Amino acid sequence: MGRACVLLFYLMTALISVLIRLRLLIAQTYSVGVLTFLIVVVSGFFIGMVLGLQGYTTLSDFGAESALGQIVGTSLVRELGPVMAALLFAGRAGSALTAEIGLMKATEQLSGMEMMAVDPIKRIIAPRFWAGFISMPILALLLSAAGVLGGYLIGVEILGVDNGIFWARMQATIDFKSDLLNGIIKSVVFGFVVTWIAVFEGYDTIPTSEGVGQATTRTVVYSAFAILGLDFIMTALMFGDF
Amino acid sequence: MSHASKDAIVSVENMSFSHGPRTIFDRVNISITRGNITAIMGPSGTGKTTLLKLIGGQLRPQSGQVTVDQQVVHQLHRRHLFELRKRMGMLFQSGALLTDLSVFDNVAFPMREHTQLSESMIRALVLMKLDAVGLRGAHPLMPSQLSGGMARRVALARAIALDPKIMMYDEPFAGQDPISMGVLLKLIQVLNNALNLTSIIVTHDIKEAFTIADEVYLISEGKVIEHGPPDDIQNSSSKWVQQFIQGHYDGPVPFHYPANDYQTDLYG
Ligand SMILES: Nc1ncnc2c1ncn2[C@@H]1O[C@H](COP(=O)(O)OP(=O)(O)O)[C@@H](O)[C@H]1O
Ligand SMILES: [Mg+2]
Repeated sequence: MGRACVLLFYLMTALISVLIRLRLLIAQTYSVGVLTFLIVVVSGFFIGMVLGLQGYTTLSDFGAESALGQIVGTSLVRELGPVMAALLFAGRAGSALTAEIGLMKATEQLSGMEMMAVDPIKRIIAPRFWAGFISMPILALLLSAAGVLGGYLIGVEILGVDNGIFWARMQATIDFKSDLLNGIIKSVVFGFVVTWIAVFEGYDTIPTSEGVGQATTRTVVYSAFAILGLDFIMTALMFGDF
Repeated sequence: MSHASKDAIVSVENMSFSHGPRTIFDRVNISITRGNITAIMGPSGTGKTTLLKLIGGQLRPQSGQVTVDQQVVHQLHRRHLFELRKRMGMLFQSGALLTDLSVFDNVAFPMREHTQLSESMIRALVLMKLDAVGLRGAHPLMPSQLSGGMARRVALARAIALDPKIMMYDEPFAGQDPISMGVLLKLIQVLNNALNLTSIIVTHDIKEAFTIADEVYLISEGKVIEHGPPDDIQNSSSKWVQQFIQGHYDGPVPFHYPANDYQTDLYG
């Protein structure tokens, strides 16, 4: 934990040099984003369809099918968008980051860079960290958008909820500040924590093949715990009536 | 006895280093003469790689000191250490090429990081360095397309990219076929003379080391066992030295890992 905090401190101070070498940051954001984009969109679509089905079945017991847009929209924007996107991100991009950095360490690439008087934290770790940080909120929004489409497909196109009512209820109940903004805050926090865990586990890897394997597993497990735990805490703070 | 003489470019004085509880070096003295090729030899796991990392300032000794070019490495401010490292080239055991960059970009990497040279200038320099190791034609390849020996030569071209004064080689001959071995031997020698380098070779390949080294250090269990010109070492009367250089399977370094009495182990 102490070493993770030291690394975080270096990552923060490296922000300026990352911004100076914008090309590295853009390249990393692109590769992190591309890794996760398709998974996020496809998963979001399925999640939305499940929400549409389950929501419709439950709501129709009360004759409240018209509230489907609201259910789908709020659950995605508040919860499922940020949480699912972060879990997928940890599984796909986070583990890949850890493995990549861990392997670079195991094959002496990081040491080699240091001997060439290049700081690997600035050159390798920091651009990846900040790229993950930037990508996460975008991925969460994409997941929510794909989910809304999935919910629309099931609810309106297949189960026959009124098109206008579906969208109107969604618009009326999703509040910019309390829903959208809170959802974005969540995904920013998740992005920060997941990429931090991923780059730290990579940088701290025992430089052997087992070491890299173990570090990759740890990234996924710790990230999942962190995401779900933090989600509860943030939900309680944002939406709880204490 | 002080080893720090005037023309010592690297000197290790009374240096001790341990990884946690494990002592790797115990008050070691080594002095590397400017312009020489010095071979540092010892069995695997004695800390040869660790020694290079201590010289490069990636590790700091618990006591004693390591001086490079009149500067105590582990007392340098980070910025000065980085300046010093630009004058040191290191060839890692694995080559340590950046796997996501082409051969050309790998050699260009230190130049792009540390100089303001134009791209056309960098191109000329990179091709020149690659030509020196005989791999100009390989510049568009990716590291994964190279054989082990080629990867090491590319890494060598990269290590000399910034015209260092000191070259450090970590097990350059390990796992090479006879031809690449010959190529590397030749390269190390030619570069040392042509570029006025000082070379430090860490290895356990006796024959190769004795062919090119001006001076040899033998280390084992944290101590310098013997040092001197290859001829003197070959004639050393020490049993340990003879076992090591002739590769006898048993001797002062026992064949058997320390164990209980055989009888006791068998019959409880
Ligand atoms: N980071 C480390 N932590 C603990 N022990 C280490 C570490 N790195 C190397 N060692 C140990 O130090 C000893 C010397 O390592 P090394 O310098 O790589 O040996 P050599 O290069 O001579 O084969 C080895 O026994 C190794 O197990
Ligand atoms: Mg070694």
